[in-house]
Amino acid sequence: MATLCEGFTLCGLVQTQNASDSPIQGIELDEDSDHAVVTDSTRSVTLYKVSDQKPLGSWTVKQGQLLTCPAVFNFQTKEYVVVSDNKVIRVWKDEDLNLDKAFKATVTADVWRVHSAPGGEPVVLFQRGAVRFLDSLLSAPQQPIEDVLSEEEVIRWSASIVAEEQHFVLFTTEQNGECCLYVQRLNPNTLQKYRLEREDSGASPLSFSASLRDKHLNLLYLYPNGCVYQSVVAARGYVGLEGVQDLPRSLRLRLPVGEGELGAASAVALDEAHVAVVGVPHPSARTGKDFLCIWNTNFQTLQAGKEMAGRIHGQVWCYLGKLFVPHGKALSIIPYECQKSSLASALGKLRHTGIAVSKSSVAVPSWNTLLHGDQPQGPTKIVETRKSKLSRKSQSAQALTVDQVLELIKTGPVDEVQREVEVLVSRGDAQDLQLSVGQLACHLVARSQAETAFYTPVALAQLVQTQFLCHSVCPGLLLLSLEHKDYFLCQLCLQLFPDIPEVVTCACLKTFISVPDGDVEMVSLEPDSVSFMEGLVAAGARGGQQNGFSPPLFEEDSCDANHQPKPPQDKKNHTLQLEACPVGLHKAVLLNEVLQTPYSDNFLLPHLKDLDTQQVILFLQYLQFVYLKYSQDVYTQTAGLRSPTMTQIIDWVCLLLDAHFTVLVMAPDAKGLLSNLQSFVKSQVKLFSELGKIESSLQELHKMKLSKDISQYSIEVIELF
Amino acid sequence: MGEFKVHRVRFFDYMPTAIRAMAFNAHTERLALARMDGSVEIFNFTDHYFQEKVIPGKDSRSTESLCWVGGRLFSAGLNGEITEYDLENLRPKYSLEAYGGPIWTIISNTQGTQLAIGCEDGTVKLFEVLEEHIQFERNLDRQKGRIISLSWHPSGTHIAAGMMDMIRVFDVPTGHAVQRLLVDRGFGGSKSQETVVWSVAFLSDHTVVSGDSAGKVQVWDGHTGTLVKTHLVTKWDVLALSVSKDESSVVAGTSEGTVIQFQFIAPTLHQQQDKEWVRTRTFKNHTHDVRALAEIETAIVSGGMDTHLVVRPLLEKFDEKSHASGLRKIHFPHRNLVSCAKKAGLLLFQFPGQLELWRLGDSDGHGKPGDRLPLKRKPEKLLLLKRKGEDHICCSALSSCGGWLAYSTVSCVRIYRLQTDNNNISITKVSKLPKALRSAHQLCFSSDSSKMFAASSQSSVLVIALTQSECKYVHTLKPKSGSRQPIHLMTTSVDGKWLAAANSDCEIRVYNLQKLKLHCIVPVYGSCPSAMGIHPTTNNMTVVHADQQLFEYSIVEKQYTDWSRKLQKQGLHNVWLDRDTPVTHVTFNPKNPNQVVLHDMHMFCIIDQSLPLPDQKTQFYNQMTLRSLSEQERPSHLHAFKICKTFQDLLCVSLLDDQSLVVVERPLLAITSQLPAPVRQKKFAT
Repeated sequence: MATLCEGFTLCGLVQTQNASDSPIQGIELDEDSDHAVVTDSTRSVTLYKVSDQKPLGSWTVKQGQLLTCPAVFNFQTKEYVVVSDNKVIRVWKDEDLNLDKAFKATVTADVWRVHSAPGGEPVVLFQRGAVRFLDSLLSAPQQPIEDVLSEEEVIRWSASIVAEEQHFVLFTTEQNGECCLYVQRLNPNTLQKYRLEREDSGASPLSFSASLRDKHLNLLYLYPNGCVYQSVVAARGYVGLEGVQDLPRSLRLRLPVGEGELGAASAVALDEAHVAVVGVPHPSARTGKDFLCIWNTNFQTLQAGKEMAGRIHGQVWCYLGKLFVPHGKALSIIPYECQKSSLASALGKLRHTGIAVSKSSVAVPSWNTLLHGDQPQGPTKIVETRKSKLSRKSQSAQALTVDQVLELIKTGPVDEVQREVEVLVSRGDAQDLQLSVGQLACHLVARSQAETAFYTPVALAQLVQTQFLCHSVCPGLLLLSLEHKDYFLCQLCLQLFPDIPEVVTCACLKTFISVPDGDVEMVSLEPDSVSFMEGLVAAGARGGQQNGFSPPLFEEDSCDANHQPKPPQDKKNHTLQLEACPVGLHKAVLLNEVLQTPYSDNFLLPHLKDLDTQQVILFLQYLQFVYLKYSQDVYTQTAGLRSPTMTQIIDWVCLLLDAHFTVLVMAPDAKGLLSNLQSFVKSQVKLFSELGKIESSLQELHKMKLSKDISQYSIEVIELF
Repeated sequence: MGEFKVHRVRFFDYMPTAIRAMAFNAHTERLALARMDGSVEIFNFTDHYFQEKVIPGKDSRSTESLCWVGGRLFSAGLNGEITEYDLENLRPKYSLEAYGGPIWTIISNTQGTQLAIGCEDGTVKLFEVLEEHIQFERNLDRQKGRIISLSWHPSGTHIAAGMMDMIRVFDVPTGHAVQRLLVDRGFGGSKSQETVVWSVAFLSDHTVVSGDSAGKVQVWDGHTGTLVKTHLVTKWDVLALSVSKDESSVVAGTSEGTVIQFQFIAPTLHQQQDKEWVRTRTFKNHTHDVRALAEIETAIVSGGMDTHLVVRPLLEKFDEKSHASGLRKIHFPHRNLVSCAKKAGLLLFQFPGQLELWRLGDSDGHGKPGDRLPLKRKPEKLLLLKRKGEDHICCSALSSCGGWLAYSTVSCVRIYRLQTDNNNISITKVSKLPKALRSAHQLCFSSDSSKMFAASSQSSVLVIALTQSECKYVHTLKPKSGSRQPIHLMTTSVDGKWLAAANSDCEIRVYNLQKLKLHCIVPVYGSCPSAMGIHPTTNNMTVVHADQQLFEYSIVEKQYTDWSRKLQKQGLHNVWLDRDTPVTHVTFNPKNPNQVVLHDMHMFCIIDQSLPLPDQKTQFYNQMTLRSLSEQERPSHLHAFKICKTFQDLLCVSLLDDQSLVVVERPLLAITSQLPAPVRQKKFAT
């Protein structure tokens, strides 16, 4: 959960003549984490102590001069740096009172920004894209500055990031509606240019925010239509790549925009999961865009919101757990806290505010869709542009992108879909296979549900086998496979999905029990489980006991598990063991999968009542069979094979009896079974009571050492060495 | 080294009595401890918790409460008397009837000028502490109901008194009760029972902390008389409270045997100002009622019905794990209750009320190590001698020939002549005792039984000559100067020439018995001697101190022996130094002059002075290793300290003249089994 704390005002703002311009150019930190260097849009730089809400110092340039870049703090020399009138770099110290008397240097080209970050040298970014270290620039101010950008390209945003040893300057440019990201690495200097995907509306991003996470540069940008995208650039590697690259993006968030597009808005990433947004309407509040909100991008939930009185300029800075937002006539500081989101809190928040969160493409289980039963769909139905169609034609020989395959699934023939999915999955390198697998499965299931003729068992099985799927991502899959009697897929799902609801487990169980043996025997199932079952059945058929042990005759109160295989008609001992397995081999394999599915009995019990008596009896017979097999000495479990445990079997027996006891008591054909089961229970009870008896003897063993009879007096012999 | 025949004796039914009260003197770091039988023990906390003094009890005396005033110790009890103790002569100095019925508690103010007692009749009586005496001053306003507990505000102006169902705060100058704090009764069935406020503590910020029989520890505002906080800590009683010196911590002892600590801390890190009393830790070192508690600088000291004293160090006060940071349990007295007649094979057991004389059994069998030999003759209780009078026995002695027996109380000394011919034993009291022999702190016979020595007041020793029918005063060995502290250890040499006496000021004087004058004073070591013995042939004296240091002093040459110097130079092994019970007995092997036998509660040790000393790297407990080695390898692994831990809870280990060892064990389990049943506690599944 994220929370916005009670904010406070750092300083008042003077309205500029042009109301749309922000009165603040920039806010930077200096070495004291409690200080903020605020540069206004005209002539002055003010240093504030944040916790005291009071200015510590202020520096102003002369009338007629203009600050063109936010002041920054040089962490290495402990000086402040600012640029006035685009070309004059001024450097001063804390104790300097007058900015005019401070060190000045005039450079030959217009400066866009000076960037400084702790642990790195300050860097000067020129308007034409060139980058210089401040030190080297000041040592030779008149050095020629090259043009990197073309004539019409303008820098929109820039940032500098210092990783462990790497120093990056990132800036985005705009030219004829096309946006590019430049990543300038310093020492050694390399420049990489990426082209941002165009938004359909052709609009350019309103705001950018860059962060370094897991050795990747994450760029988060917000479009006027409310979409927040994220692009990832590796901090290392790709150095040798030439030319312009397309920058892939993923939709992190689609913000509710209300009427019209966003004007002045800004998004800044707080951590992996949280984004702070200003200038976007609150989904449950009145109209108006003057809100500061924190969204969770994993769950698409609004975590906290706060109305900011007055006009918001679409500016937000985030430093050390505080958000700096200029609004109206004040600069407010709002501390925030982001905790790791838990599902419960996310859900709780959802219910609380009742926001209809827009559908997203993220394959992480979207709780909204889960709750409301919506079919997840591609969030951004990307209209195929001419370009992408073209590229598809040219590339289809190799492989389609995920989006293209998704398109194909909607209309394409079974064979082609199957092939393309296979190719996509087997390519497997895509780092976000996790995302695409979910999407693909959902689309496949959706289509299959719509068209009965359409079913792609191989593709689905492949998707399941990637192990990226779970039931909640694609709730229809298991039921679909049941519908199509695709028992192999069923088995896979039962094995690999950790989160199958009890109702579905029960549905599977019902289907498996009632399916005729003939139907299943033909199906090919997972070989390990089949071989396990074969071994289990064969174990009894081999008969005989180890070491020539012949069990004593069955007695009424025989309790040893060993004796249980002999039901009342013990004379037919062997025949019974041979024909014991009440269900076919493959059917048994499937039932075993059900036995091993996790469940919680409270939820399972009501659904178990759906089974009819014959099914229950059959299943109980099967459980009894497995139990007896397990109880035999002869059967030694093969290690490593997935098999139901004794406890699971007993639990299921109990559950079934609980659910159907009254019916079973009345059913004549269940009589023998029940009495057998009763003897199970007896034997278990007796087993445990025997164990209980042994326990005390074992404890006595412990005490044996001390048990030397202690008498009042004895004469002993000891030896000392 | 060889085989020993061991008489393993478990028929000494020694039973310590429950601890009733304690008082810690932070200035001298002495803990005074009162037991149910009226005895008072003084432990020196600067010297490894050594029990340096024991004042024997008396039948009619029951101590409820102890109180230090400077170096003076006062007690009060249900017999209605206030007693001051003479710590030099280990006896009550005087007793004063307070005329208020049974006294439940006694306290002093911080200045040490006044004493206050809480009486059954509802009065709080103030006494003025004078130089040599105390004098009744006045009563505070009399209340209805008994005064169970008292606590004096550090400023001396107020006294909080715990009563039945309430706490009263008195203004001392006027004597009026200014506050009345009503204490709730327990829940359920105990609603009808009055709540006894067993203990109160008055802190300098006028906070009153109370512990009561309903199981609550309550914090009150003493100014306004309002309840600030209630901690329900037990279903049974909270019996004792103790406040740390800086008043940041209070400990409470309960009937369940737990000690619960409360600390005055801020519940959150941010608001360091808003401190409150928070229950922090629970210590469970007792099985029965914790009746007495003291929170000292670095530890919590507790004692109660289960008779042992527990020193539980507060680990946050220690930077590293060390000897001082270990839990200490003191079960047995640090002195001998068993006398052994080495020649006769007799044992004398000392109880507070009686003496028991036993003859050891016999066996003529031989066996392998580890065997138990068949008994030819069973041990036999020859004599049960009950003391006369109310005073408890404080010391006793048996001559090595078994012909003489003596004991002393604070009021009298008795000497008996024993005659055993075959199975008949006859005992004759020596009727005429010299007048000088009033009482003794220690008694001891010379090895030829011709003389008896009695440690008397002011560190003097009386020499009594014993003949067949009478005993005669010979001389008083009196130190000319030095300490007046009581003698707690005395030993003579076999040749009858030397007598060594140690007092609780750590002085050891050696007297020449032929010249009847002081021979020398052993250089005073900083720790109290806990055991000493004079070697039968070399006349070297082995002294073991409470801090486990071991010295050997040559009486003849008046200097430490070479072996002792070597031992001190090399230093004792850390394992030896880390033991937590003092050595209480030293004897020698008459057949092998190199061997010294020592024991503490958990082991006995035979030191072979001919073997190399262990250095820090040597395995100290090496008996198991040696056993596993072959005959040839063994010599290279031997070292001087041969320790046997086969026998536990030892009260005495001695070597008889026939080379067999006598080991007197008193298993703690046997003591525990004789305790009354503890309060019932609900345990899971019972």
